[in-house]
Amino acid sequence: MDFALTDDQRAFQDAARSFARGELAPHAAHWDEASEFPIDTIRRAGDIGFCGIYTPESAGGLGLNRVEASIILEELAAGCTSTAAYISIHNMVSWIVANWGQPAVTEVWAQALASGQKLGSYCLTEPGAGSDAASLKTRAEKRGERYYLSGSKMFISGAGATDLLVVMARTGDNSAKGISAFAVPADAPGIQYGKLEHKMGWNCQPTRMITFDAVEVPEVNRLGAEGEGFRIAMKALDGGRINIAACSIGTAQAALDRTAAYLNTRKQFGQELAQFQALQFRIADMLTELVAARQMVRLAAWKLDTQSPDATTYCAMAKRYATDVGFEVCNQALQLHGGYGYIREYPLERHVRDSRVHQILEGTNEIMRVIVARAALKEGATEDLR
Amino acid sequence: MFSDEQLMIEEAARRFSRDVLAPGAAARERAAAIEPAVIEGLAQIGLLGVTVSPEYDGVGADYVSYALALMAIAEGDGAVSTMVSVHNAPFCAILERYGSEEQKQRVLRPAARGEFIGAFALTESHAGSDASALRTRARRGGKGWIVDGSKQFITSGRICGQVVVFAVTDPTNPKRGISAFLVPSDTPGFNVAKLEHKTGQKASDTASLSFDAMELPNEALIGAEGEGYRIALSSLEAGRIGIAAQSVGMAQSALDYAIRYATERQSFGKRLLDHQAVSFRLVDAKTRVEAARQLVLSAARLKDAGQPCLEQACMAKLFASETAEAVCSAAIQTLGGYGYVEDYPVERIWRDARVCQIYEGTSDIQKIIIGRSLAAAA
Repeated sequence: MDFALTDDQRAFQDAARSFARGELAPHAAHWDEASEFPIDTIRRAGDIGFCGIYTPESAGGLGLNRVEASIILEELAAGCTSTAAYISIHNMVSWIVANWGQPAVTEVWAQALASGQKLGSYCLTEPGAGSDAASLKTRAEKRGERYYLSGSKMFISGAGATDLLVVMARTGDNSAKGISAFAVPADAPGIQYGKLEHKMGWNCQPTRMITFDAVEVPEVNRLGAEGEGFRIAMKALDGGRINIAACSIGTAQAALDRTAAYLNTRKQFGQELAQFQALQFRIADMLTELVAARQMVRLAAWKLDTQSPDATTYCAMAKRYATDVGFEVCNQALQLHGGYGYIREYPLERHVRDSRVHQILEGTNEIMRVIVARAALKEGATEDLR
Repeated sequence: MFSDEQLMIEEAARRFSRDVLAPGAAARERAAAIEPAVIEGLAQIGLLGVTVSPEYDGVGADYVSYALALMAIAEGDGAVSTMVSVHNAPFCAILERYGSEEQKQRVLRPAARGEFIGAFALTESHAGSDASALRTRARRGGKGWIVDGSKQFITSGRICGQVVVFAVTDPTNPKRGISAFLVPSDTPGFNVAKLEHKTGQKASDTASLSFDAMELPNEALIGAEGEGYRIALSSLEAGRIGIAAQSVGMAQSALDYAIRYATERQSFGKRLLDHQAVSFRLVDAKTRVEAARQLVLSAARLKDAGQPCLEQACMAKLFASETAEAVCSAAIQTLGGYGYVEDYPVERIWRDARVCQIYEGTSDIQKIIIGRSLAAAA
């Protein structure tokens, strides 16, 4: 067993770190304040491969594994959580299209997505179907060699600014097996974008509802087989959960770095804050939990890389734990900065606002518990899950 | 449990909160201002002089009434509750206890009638939790005093008519060298240097103030010279009961919203509330809110009985503010994605409530004070 990163992994980590420090961190506060989606910056991330991190090389991606993806996304999130999180969603879309697209679609889209020249959105959630995703109502009606999509999708990241939508829609019965996935050009006739959602955080990526009114989609744009959509959606989310977990770790690391420096410089009652035992213990706990969470994420990523049958369970555990720890570390960092933590001149309150949603999306942390509990309660399961 | 008068005050606050404060809270946040009609409405029902004696145009109610009223106001709009809280105590409470008869007639009376809003300026950039490290300086000169320095994170600093300012009058004496001054905000040399952009409570302004050779008459001094530190400390009990009450109100409002949502929203073929994990989370939240409420009321009752209650007030503030964040976070989680967007109120309430663990002494400061009483009791 070796916990050390390889030379290659260190090189990717360094590249991501210097991109985050040079291109993301200096602008993150402005993007948040102005609700600006930094498309040019995302494309530059694409130039160094970060828009197709685990997309196969044959489809224009870097072809890295999920451990490496988590290392890269963690560094990007330390620069700007919201931009890194969008990039992570885009990576998921790029990977889905490269893996399940029919040749007519991959020829046009795979390379463009992996390079970041074209951007993607992932459309699963609906106004009435959040945690209970398999109850989605968007329909894809088949007539001849075309599908006609009707329905609405909620909280879609990047909506209105992206080029390709991966949409889950019902082609069969009301079960999870009645769902298929489609690659739909974002400007197809019949697609309408709703108002910009005003959110607590994640402000540098637009979130909108999308409605589909008999949107015509050629059969070749179906991803995978008919009825395979929910499986694709869930498989993609295994990786998506590691990505979001990594974004929490990176954000928390940035908050922790700044807090340690603050404790060493800020004086109250005649001594540095770092001299107070209660604060020493708090930062000790923050660091301990953060390191544990990072290792948990890498373990889950390794399970996914090695196609372990229990990968989904580990991804769910890692997502639940890392996003809870990530938020808690950011929130403690805010608290340790006192009044400065609560104002926008300092980044702590942005870290808190941005990381809060990680406990909600890519499957709420309640859904993670449902997944983990289901696995844990199988007979003898806890002997293997360890 | 409660007297008729206490219930009447609570009811008036609750009605105003439901009819005026809650419906306008989101717009108030966007405008980053509290409209004059709200201040007039609060004044009409006496909420800007709740504990001030009728002799000085206040309601003359007790601290239990005050806590109940603040809870009700905070249920409607946390930012408004902060302005109300600072105005009542420390501002009015300090004037009533330490002000001269002339100051009470000239300033406390119109303050209690709600003709202007009062502020309290203690914190400085290097003196947050540690109030004894003040640098703002008042020297004898001019027609009385010349004040130079700056203050930070001052609630209502932009809109206030009068502010209690703490300044060093004798730098050789760290605790007995601080004095309190009553300063009209139109005094030459009084500047609003900056407005803070905050996580929440955006309708309540938070300002940096700077004093540039600000000349004050002798009558500006509150209490005796050198009494400032004692005055600042004396206001802490009521101030902390206020923040604790606000915390309870905000928590209650987020909890009520989450319960309604969980009753209406369906997932996996049943109401959210019928999922045991959701129900248990809301039960825990309700239990904590109720415990916080009782802690606040118990501190208020001690204060009404004239007993020392700093430890109780600190415990109430510590527990209620941490409860408020946890409960608001549980409400966000119950609403899922809807909890994170501004169309629903819970994320705003979380952002508003978050500062309750920071202002009027951070949670750690409450623990330092409560910790001192551990040793005293042993």
